[in-house]
Amino acid sequence: MGAIGAGIAALGAGIGVGLIGSRAMEAIARQPEAVGDIRNNMILTAALVEGAALFAIVVGLLSR
Amino acid sequence: MIYKHFIHLFITIVLGLALPAWASHEHGSEHDHHQPEEYDAVSTVMHHIADANEFHVWKGVHIPLPCFLYAPGHGWTILSSGKFKHGHQAVDRYVLNHGRVNRIRSEDFPMGEVHIDGIISKEVEVEKNGKKEKKEEYFALYQGKEYPLDKPSTLDGGILGGGITSFYDFSITKNVASIMLVALLLILVFTAVARGYKENDGKAPRGIQSLIEPIFMFIRDEVTRPMIGEKHYERFQPFIMTLFFFILFCNLLGLIPFFPGGANITGNLSVTLVLALMAFIVTNINGNKHYWQHIFWMPGIPAWVKVILTPVEILGVFIKPFSLMIRLFANITAGHIIILSLIGLIFLFGKNGTNVGGAALGAVIGGLFTAFMNLIELLVAFLQAFIFSILTASYIGAAVDEGHHHEHEEAH
Repeated sequence: MGAIGAGIAALGAGIGVGLIGSRAMEAIARQPEAVGDIRNNMILTAALVEGAALFAIVVGLLSR
Repeated sequence: MIYKHFIHLFITIVLGLALPAWASHEHGSEHDHHQPEEYDAVSTVMHHIADANEFHVWKGVHIPLPCFLYAPGHGWTILSSGKFKHGHQAVDRYVLNHGRVNRIRSEDFPMGEVHIDGIISKEVEVEKNGKKEKKEEYFALYQGKEYPLDKPSTLDGGILGGGITSFYDFSITKNVASIMLVALLLILVFTAVARGYKENDGKAPRGIQSLIEPIFMFIRDEVTRPMIGEKHYERFQPFIMTLFFFILFCNLLGLIPFFPGGANITGNLSVTLVLALMAFIVTNINGNKHYWQHIFWMPGIPAWVKVILTPVEILGVFIKPFSLMIRLFANITAGHIIILSLIGLIFLFGKNGTNVGGAALGAVIGGLFTAFMNLIELLVAFLQAFIFSILTASYIGAAVDEGHHHEHEEAH
């Protein structure tokens, strides 16, 4: 069960990080001069999304 | 010519990064010493990411570490982990099981130094909440009898096998020894950098100073100044820098597969717990009036929303450091698990040394993927140190900020 949960969490996080990446690319294309700010915020948001997935992985480890 | 150089570089990287294969192999065989049937991938991986009471260097070469053990009703036992003779000797009912100190639960077992015939693992049925479950338990063999072992003592609540058990382990373990090594490295590097600033005052940086200065500038310009604000950032610069470099050095040391490295320091929940606790304390000690007002009675919103928001905000105070703790732990542990699993392919395909062709296939696939994963882990090592410090900085920034409503939105 833990492995299935971790897989679903990875799926959700993958969609989330993908959306962040695509919007960041659009933003950079629109405003290339703001690339530094956009990159920092992108990494920060991606880390937050990934954190949610990793919570699920830890729960998966616990329910092993 | 460039193409040729590229091939050389690639082979060097693959060989270099596939090194954990050897480290893993020894343990694979050592682990299956008592149960030669099959390669148990899960327990081998768990053994490698867990802490240990001795430092494994090479096949059969271990550096013993000091053990400080306390059991209620018995008192302190202080010894070197070499005395356990890798699970062949019990001292005061303590034994070494897969590198970790376990304790024999039974009162019948004699105290003092006792030779035991080994440690075996068995599946036993345990009644838990009315349901029968199969659990793996370890037993010490002594004079033809089996004595059950208590799990190692850890603070992490038993996520990676352990928990609060019948004794307390205050030993200098592999992780603690590695943290000391990291501290020593940090002291050496940063005293050299500080000396550099004294000697080259007003001149261009030299040596290791030029390596550290861009990182220092990066932390100041991208992390502390924008997150904490112009007025306060200098006060927190040392703390954020310490967090960043400590986590970075721990992560990088954990990626080195051979002796001085190899300890899963930041992938240990107890370590990240302490780091997150420091962030929590620093944030809340420095919280000003506005910070506490925003938590307990957020201004500028209807009263009924405040009733909902206040418990959420109070929970948020604890969830923020908690997520810092879990994020670092899970990222580093997940990376180690992936690398060890890929190396484990060699033993899985090779049927633990009986099928050479399968092992070779596993080595090619596992080695290539390990090289790739190691490069990603290198990125993750930097990224997680950066994330931990930037999030801590943003929490501190929210705590010391003086009343700009729109800026508060970001930090939450």
